[in-house]
Amino acid sequence: MIRDITIGQYYPGESWVHKLDPRLKIIVTLIFIISLFFIRDFVGYSIAVAAVWITIGISKVPLRFILRGLKAIFMIIIFTFALNMFMTGGTVLVKIGFLTVTYEGLYRAFFMALRLVLLIIGSSLLTLTTKPVKLTDGIERLLNPFKRIGLPAHELAMMMTIALRFIPTLLEETDKIMKAQMARGADFESGSIFKRAKNMIPILVPLFISAFRIAQELAMAMEARCYRGGEGRTKLHELKFKKRDLAAAILTCLFLALIIVVRLKGG
Amino acid sequence: MSIIVKDLVHIYGEGTPYESLALDKVSMEVADGEFAGLIGHTGSGKSTLVQHMNGILKPKSGQIFVNGVDITAKGVRLTEIRRKIGLLFQYPEYQLFEETVYKDIAFGPSNLGISGDELDARVREAMATVGLDFATFAERSPFELSGGQKRKAAIAGVIAMKPEALILDEPTAGLDPKSQADVFDMMNKIREENKIIMILISHNMGDVARMCDKIFVMEKGKIVLEGAPDEVFSQGEFLKSRGLGLPPTAELIHMMRESGAKLAETPLTIDAAVEMIDDYMSERELGRPGASV
Amino acid sequence: MSIIEIENLVYEYKRDEDDLVRAIDNVSIEIEEGSFTAIIGKNGSGKSTLAKNINALLIPDSGTVYVDGFNTAADEAGLWEVRQRAGMVFQNPDNQLVAAIVEDDVAFGPENLGVPSEAIDERVREALTAVDMYEYRKKAPHMLSGGQKQRVAIAGVVAMRPKCIVFDEPTAMLDPHGRDEVMDIMKRLHDDGITVVLITHFMEEAADADRIIIMNEGKIELDGTPEEVFRHADRIRALNLSVPIAVELGDRLRKRGREIPGDIIRMEELVTYLCQ
Repeated sequence: MIRDITIGQYYPGESWVHKLDPRLKIIVTLIFIISLFFIRDFVGYSIAVAAVWITIGISKVPLRFILRGLKAIFMIIIFTFALNMFMTGGTVLVKIGFLTVTYEGLYRAFFMALRLVLLIIGSSLLTLTTKPVKLTDGIERLLNPFKRIGLPAHELAMMMTIALRFIPTLLEETDKIMKAQMARGADFESGSIFKRAKNMIPILVPLFISAFRIAQELAMAMEARCYRGGEGRTKLHELKFKKRDLAAAILTCLFLALIIVVRLKGG
Repeated sequence: MSIIVKDLVHIYGEGTPYESLALDKVSMEVADGEFAGLIGHTGSGKSTLVQHMNGILKPKSGQIFVNGVDITAKGVRLTEIRRKIGLLFQYPEYQLFEETVYKDIAFGPSNLGISGDELDARVREAMATVGLDFATFAERSPFELSGGQKRKAAIAGVIAMKPEALILDEPTAGLDPKSQADVFDMMNKIREENKIIMILISHNMGDVARMCDKIFVMEKGKIVLEGAPDEVFSQGEFLKSRGLGLPPTAELIHMMRESGAKLAETPLTIDAAVEMIDDYMSERELGRPGASV
Repeated sequence: MSIIEIENLVYEYKRDEDDLVRAIDNVSIEIEEGSFTAIIGKNGSGKSTLAKNINALLIPDSGTVYVDGFNTAADEAGLWEVRQRAGMVFQNPDNQLVAAIVEDDVAFGPENLGVPSEAIDERVREALTAVDMYEYRKKAPHMLSGGQKQRVAIAGVVAMRPKCIVFDEPTAMLDPHGRDEVMDIMKRLHDDGITVVLITHFMEEAADADRIIIMNEGKIELDGTPEEVFRHADRIRALNLSVPIAVELGDRLRKRGREIPGDIIRMEELVTYLCQ
């Protein structure tokens, strides 16, 4: 049933990683991604792989869930690999027709692909271990300081919250409308692309009308519950920086220090 | 025309952690011209069952024979099934999309390849059946109509396809009493004029008792009771133990019996109930000590 | 003491350019604190417009509405006082829940009021317990049944600790089970001292109120206790509204010359009378 679709790819759990402050998790993920671009050599990559490996272990998220995220960009990884492998000059290893594989090319291709894989796994870990609601909350708080320069942090977060709330509702609605139009003989499967696009009108119009109705009713319900923007609002869950957050922050700093040291030493 | 369902099984989200058995070997039969009622809790499988009858959902196993033809078999043309069996969904006004009421009602029949005078005639006829005045409403936007009028326009959209069987999934949900009565009048009219099979899904036991010839009670994907309305609703204990109600008149008689009244029949309409209580009161007067004999 | 005072309320809305429709036509009502009032009428009778005027979602064109002494048409500050005191539950259970988690949704009102975190937590627990939904606090609304969603919506209002709750056809989109759930909660809140205003077109629901107001074309047609109002069964039917089944049967039997007391409006009462 369409209502069972979960948004994002959150993997429910109670691990140490799950419980970390979402703000910290977002920052750590950003640091990790940036640090990947500092890594040049084997030692550096080993440290990054080890760090990711340990985090996955602690998070208790099954490996297949993590690898699922890679499936979507599998072709990009292959492409990156191939491009680097064939396009880098240097000591020739093999020559197949007009394609040459060099030692440097293979080396670079491997690390470029690895960087991409680590990047995806790193960000997947964030979404896998953080509820969308918490993520929204974290983003709102991180953006809060930028309010002064006119960034509508609260409004952005409210929009994300409402989107999260209503995506399942709208999916269900789409399913219903589609079935109802099928019962009226509508055909969504055959015909040219142009014809198929035109056939979507009986779904899209009612869906938009639904969305407008939801917006109108929801706005009224929010007003009735004294909503008046972010000013003076409190929160049910105030985010608190706990000991484990401090530990994670220290570990991240150590990781970053290691990466920098390795980079400088490796020259 | 007849609809025969045989051992129908449907599973939602098969292979996911949310897998659930929606239909568990359902078999039922609706004969030509019959008006069947389908009752049961939300989630008991009523909507899932009827959505199989015009090929919107595909079963895991089992068959459905419409006029002897197995519509679950490979190579069956879906437009053909949908022409034969009209299905009105819950809150059908949410499927309106055209600029005018006329165009919206014409959507179904034109998908069946009907055009020109025939199409025009069908739209006019359907509007007359549901009680929407052609001159007033045909060129109006469906979105300007009142709730009850929108519902009627949506129903007209299905009627205009001239189905040989009409399935209505809670056609009066959310309407006010006047519009509800209008929709029931319309159903009676369709039935009298066309003698087609009709299947009504409803939570309102009074409506089902009044309208239907035959009732199927569903629970957890199974049909647990079937029969004529008076047979089904005389099973007060059975229905109540499953959290299902009785038509208000049957409920009253049920309560009177529990208070010691000796009543044989189960009235399903107000008229019958009045008659019955009247008789009951006469008997009591006669039987009362000191009353003149 | 009355908690809601409506004096000569007029509310008009535009149908087309220059086509004003008077949805509420000079209505005056006082609603007692702690009472349970049902407002009945067919679609377009003005009952929903009236409800929205109580919550300051609509402001009168003329006349006044006071909630707990606050004028709904006063300044901004007064507006929030009104909305906090008179909460509102709407018809569609889906379109009034804001957050993707039950407890976050219930917290929405108190958060808007600036209640401190720990206090919100307590209010959420209290409100969800009051509607028997505490065990669902971590669930996503779209996984709940209609009746459960509506109970969460009620909890969201209860968490604001209002004195009065206006229910605008809260059961219209629910199945009988959901309808019973919501009716039970409504009665319970009334027993706890909250003033309940129920807008509905289900007569059986109205029979349980202390007072019934029947509206037609923006005016009050009948007003009184259920027993008083249902004595006018013919007038109610003339407005295209139905009467409770016990009233209907009593009426028909009386027309046949049977003696049925006019104050019988519930099935239990009819059974008791017939089987005494």
